[in-house]
Amino acid sequence: MLRLEAIDAGYGGGRVLQGFSLDVAAGEIVCLLGRNGAGKTTCMKAIMGLLPLMAGRVMLDGQDIGRLPAHEVPKAGIGYVPQGRRLFAGLSVAQNLEIGLRARGSGRDTLEEVLDLFPRLRERMAQPAQTLSGGEQQMLATARALCLRPKVLLLDEPTEGLQPSMIEAIRQVIVQMRDAGVAVLLVEQRVDAVLSVADRVAFIETGRNGEVMEADALRADHGIVERYVGV
Amino acid sequence: MTRQTARILALHGGLLAVLFAAQFVLPAYHHGNLARIMVLASYAIGYNILFGYTGLLSLGHALFFAAGMYAMGLGIQYGGLSPAPAFLAGVVAGALISGALALLALRTTGVAFMIVTLMFAQAGYLTILYFGEYTRGDEGFVIQTAQRMLWGINLSDPVNRYFAAFGLFAISLSLSLWMVRAPFGRVLVAIRENEDRVQMLGYDTYVHKLGAMVVSGTISAAAGAAYGLLFGYAGASFASVQYSIFPLLWVLLGGAGTVLGPFIGTLFMFYLIDLSSGVTTAYMLIAGVVLVALTLFAPQGLAGEVRRRVWRGLP
Repeated sequence: MLRLEAIDAGYGGGRVLQGFSLDVAAGEIVCLLGRNGAGKTTCMKAIMGLLPLMAGRVMLDGQDIGRLPAHEVPKAGIGYVPQGRRLFAGLSVAQNLEIGLRARGSGRDTLEEVLDLFPRLRERMAQPAQTLSGGEQQMLATARALCLRPKVLLLDEPTEGLQPSMIEAIRQVIVQMRDAGVAVLLVEQRVDAVLSVADRVAFIETGRNGEVMEADALRADHGIVERYVGV
Repeated sequence: MTRQTARILALHGGLLAVLFAAQFVLPAYHHGNLARIMVLASYAIGYNILFGYTGLLSLGHALFFAAGMYAMGLGIQYGGLSPAPAFLAGVVAGALISGALALLALRTTGVAFMIVTLMFAQAGYLTILYFGEYTRGDEGFVIQTAQRMLWGINLSDPVNRYFAAFGLFAISLSLSLWMVRAPFGRVLVAIRENEDRVQMLGYDTYVHKLGAMVVSGTISAAAGAAYGLLFGYAGASFASVQYSIFPLLWVLLGGAGTVLGPFIGTLFMFYLIDLSSGVTTAYMLIAGVVLVALTLFAPQGLAGEVRRRVWRGLP
């Protein structure tokens, strides 16, 4: 579904990612793990076209989307929930979702499906986004990305700063999306959160590929986590 | 229609009804003032679409105001146009110039955008002075009463002038209200809040900002054309940087990103200067103190504070 082929990307002239490659299949959750500054968020931004590719290709269903303008990438089928949620704070929950729906011309059916995944949002449709709790804001950010009906969903630290009940709610949605055939690429710092949800784990170290392994194998070998992440 | 929509329509329709009725009760002095305020508030409404809703701070809107005023005025003076096509020429000039400026200025952001818009407005101002043979430079030129007859209606007559100003204001206000509640307006607000995020949802933010600038410039030009037509004068001072700062002040005072804010800000500022200048020659000192106080105690502007404290759904 999504394939990164030896991509280089970074800021200004600096290459944060160097020859980084990764595959995410439909109906699979792949987690990207690495230390702070390793290049995880840079990888997400490069996929979304927010940073120019200096080398390599980003393939989606066999099509190279690596040079598309940023606003065309979501239309190709990639939804992105960035770190820090980035809601439209002054707009209501309903208006935030409406903007997501209109982007792909999705209708009421899509909205109902998304709200079924996040029933808490249904009760808060008229509320300004800035007045939601942190967990609800994360739900809204994820729901808005799902309004695009993405084939691939990129989530950058979706459980950061959330209480356990909210983390569990987000985790369940991620699993549901995977079961519905969506390819999920997840960036996480919390190893326990990764192990509870991922099918495969890809390590990233100073912008280069580390090991890629099944999550089950990682559960049996915590030494490797310590090596790449330091916990 | 939801209850919220009904309240919004009642509020804005109520203001228009009051302004319509004011025509019959106001003394002549305030009658004339209100006509002028409504035209200037239309200018501020145009400015608010770009600054208040889209988050783009322009320091060059005097260019659009003056484009409307001069295209209309020169069309009458030298083109022999009657008021209606001259007004239309002003509106078209504003649309074209704002579109051309947008193509260049929107390649920049933040401070650079402010500087580029300011520089183009200054270029416009200097162009007016350079072609003083036609524009009469700083002195400007008068549009005679005989040239301001619209289908037999004398626009220099106070009653007709008031209704024409009211018509322009009603159209500008309604357009602004409709636009910010329409999907296009929602995207503009989203761009103001977080442009990157809007792109990540699949919107071409450049095209939306271009649209916002053209609508904003066109409304500003319509206000400029109407001002020249209703008050019978076109002068270079309307193209100066001061006339780019005014709408910014009016919008900030009234409430950026609110539909009623531009009118409230223009009304407030107009009468603040009018009343304080009757008290002392140092009236700008009084105006300054009041503005500082407002900035401290109502940082979101008057309508903005109403939205924050009383009615969160105020558009």
